[in-house]
Amino acid sequence: MQAMSLQRNKIHPHKYSLWIAMGSITMMFIGFTSAYVVKRSQANWYTFQLPMIFWISTAIIVASSVTIQMSVMQFRNRHMQRYKQLITLTAILGVAFAVCQWIGFKQMNDQGLPLNGPASVSFIYVIVSVHLLHVLGGVVALLVMFARAFRTRVRTYSPVPIEVAATYWHFVDALWIYLLIFLSIAR
Amino acid sequence: MSNEATLHSKEVVHGAHAHDGHDDHEHHEGGFISKYVFSMDHKTIAKQFLITGIIWAIIGAFFSVLFRLQLGFPDATFPWLESILGHWAKGGRITPEAYYALVTMHGTILVFFVLTAGLSGTFSNLLIPLQVGARDMASPFMNCLSYWFFFMASVVMMSSLFVQTGPASGGWTSYPPLSALGDASIGSKIGMDLWLTSMALFVVSQLLGGLNYISTILNMRTKGMTMTKMPLTIWGFFFTAILGVLSFPVLLSGFILLLFDRHAGTSFYLSELFVAGKALSNEGGSAILYQHLFWFLGHPEVYIIILPAMGMVSEILAVNSRKPIFGYLAMVGSMFAIVILAFLVWAHHMFVTGLNPFLGAFFVLLTLLIAVPSAIKVFNWITTIWKGNLRFTPGMLFSIGFVSTFISGGLTGIWLGNSSIDIHLHDTYFVIAHFHIVMGVSAFFGTFAGVYHWFPKMFGRYMNNTISYIHFWVTLAGAYLIFWPMHYEGMAGMPRRYYDYSSWESFKQFADLNHFISIVVIVVFAAQLLFVFNFFYSIFKGRKVTETNPWNATTLEWTTPINPGHGNWVGEIPEVHRWPYDYSKNGKDFIPQTVPLSPEEEAEGSH
Repeated sequence: MQAMSLQRNKIHPHKYSLWIAMGSITMMFIGFTSAYVVKRSQANWYTFQLPMIFWISTAIIVASSVTIQMSVMQFRNRHMQRYKQLITLTAILGVAFAVCQWIGFKQMNDQGLPLNGPASVSFIYVIVSVHLLHVLGGVVALLVMFARAFRTRVRTYSPVPIEVAATYWHFVDALWIYLLIFLSIAR
Repeated sequence: MSNEATLHSKEVVHGAHAHDGHDDHEHHEGGFISKYVFSMDHKTIAKQFLITGIIWAIIGAFFSVLFRLQLGFPDATFPWLESILGHWAKGGRITPEAYYALVTMHGTILVFFVLTAGLSGTFSNLLIPLQVGARDMASPFMNCLSYWFFFMASVVMMSSLFVQTGPASGGWTSYPPLSALGDASIGSKIGMDLWLTSMALFVVSQLLGGLNYISTILNMRTKGMTMTKMPLTIWGFFFTAILGVLSFPVLLSGFILLLFDRHAGTSFYLSELFVAGKALSNEGGSAILYQHLFWFLGHPEVYIIILPAMGMVSEILAVNSRKPIFGYLAMVGSMFAIVILAFLVWAHHMFVTGLNPFLGAFFVLLTLLIAVPSAIKVFNWITTIWKGNLRFTPGMLFSIGFVSTFISGGLTGIWLGNSSIDIHLHDTYFVIAHFHIVMGVSAFFGTFAGVYHWFPKMFGRYMNNTISYIHFWVTLAGAYLIFWPMHYEGMAGMPRRYYDYSSWESFKQFADLNHFISIVVIVVFAAQLLFVFNFFYSIFKGRKVTETNPWNATTLEWTTPINPGHGNWVGEIPEVHRWPYDYSKNGKDFIPQTVPLSPEEEAEGSH
């Protein structure tokens, strides 16, 4: 087993897998949004205003994309202290995003738009919460990265994990912006 | 450098004892658990998928024997049924509820657990790294997770068989409103929730697997292995994985909405319903919406099932005809065309849902277009074996059987693809006959061909030939005897999923035919048990393989040791110089892919 040759890799396979996974997640949301479009074209479609706080959460998640990109740069320059601070900040922003979405749900509920209301309302709850699950998945990944950064016995020099995490993070960010625009226009 | 390090770890280890302790999963020589249970070796994971698939296949096929007893002998009683099924077969006769549960679980198990996970899970895992020249999958850990998600899905599905109200019984498609309302039937209670949970886990397993297959094929091919030098098996698995990662998430979306309808009071699929005389509050939903989401996966799913079989059959036919595959690029191109068309034909399952006939016309056209790549493939398989030096190994027989059933099942697809004929034949036994032959039997033949052909690579032993031949002939004859008569029943309008046809004047005439079909089902089921016996017996007692390349094949998996360890090749991964179908060339019986081109070949610009 010791005498094996190096595996030839063109692009890091984990990064490649991530791109395919993002394609797959995109298909899931295409499924939701096409269901939304089909449903919308049918009778009795109920229209309403999205809660304003969704725009605040958008600002938060865009900011978190900036911080994670900065953390990648710090990692490459081996500024580990800054790197740790930045991924912690990113994770906190991710949680803040989740809290904002939750407040948005509460506001909708209080305005008489509960989950089991008209289908147009239910769709918002389902689509937004499935997206939120993907963001929280990213937060968990950042916590793992955080734990790894504090390991002393095994040190990581490969930027691949943080790059993979950052790409995913930008992806859920872009996905949210797409969803928000879609849900605002196709009301 | 250890294998694991070459695979994906770029971590630099500090400290003297970093190699012991928690990271021993990276050292597969470790204990029984890491070698056979939570293994990350793609070959072990393939065997796990195969054996789990075989267990499911026995269960799923046994269910069909049970409901065929009801269909073939509607008046008879079988006291032994009551002893195994309890109140589900009171007085030795399967109850209607049990019948629907059996039909539903038969479909779910065979379509998803056997022919998706068992087929592509087994052979994609086994053959992709071995045939493209990789040490393992792009992410062995995700690969391991993929199997264990499948295992969890299996546990949940299995447990649904034992709950008091029984498993899901609204058909394998689980259409709402029946599947969305617990009060609608006992099969829509907890059994349906377990079904949805299990299927969600299954989708996750398929996505993890599919990501790995694609990323391994695109990134980890050995030196010289260009895409057009890959065996057709790999192309088959590649397209299968693409279909899977693009269509399974849409199914998951549909399931999530269904779960909300079941438990959160939403009305995505429900509208103005009365259940047991009570009006429900749900308003404005559309049950057809679910069908769109379901069939957007559901149709690609049939190609997910058949493409791996197509790839393996192409390979086995070429090896055992000692001839190059006919029309390699046409084979790849037609598989690609099938993948594209797979996403554009889903509504042909919905011609009778009130679909706009104008829209239906497009789906008819696109559906009929699939006949073109399918016909190209059939033509190429036949021309591959034409005037070949045929070796009738069990794998070869099943491959030829595959071509036969694919033709006879595929032709009836042209009938059904026409909306005007489909309106008459929809939901009749004609449909049952069509998809069982073209997708069920054909995919099983592909699986059997693959098992017989690559068994020596998997276990270092051969399966018993005599039992294999009995298995083949009984299965081939049985498949036609079971499904051929169903075409006539379907043309006469006999609907599928009915519990008892004897009370219908129009279908009484088929009592004897149903009787006959059920007897054949029992015989064919017994032949499959023979296969299962042969499989497990041969793992331990089969004739040992003594040469690395028992079939004289050209592909890379036969350049590994007879029982390859984790990492597949000792020393360097071989370099590839030629396409995988150099059989009977320049006076040589076969030239492995690893042999460099001779000067004459260079001159003529060979493959």
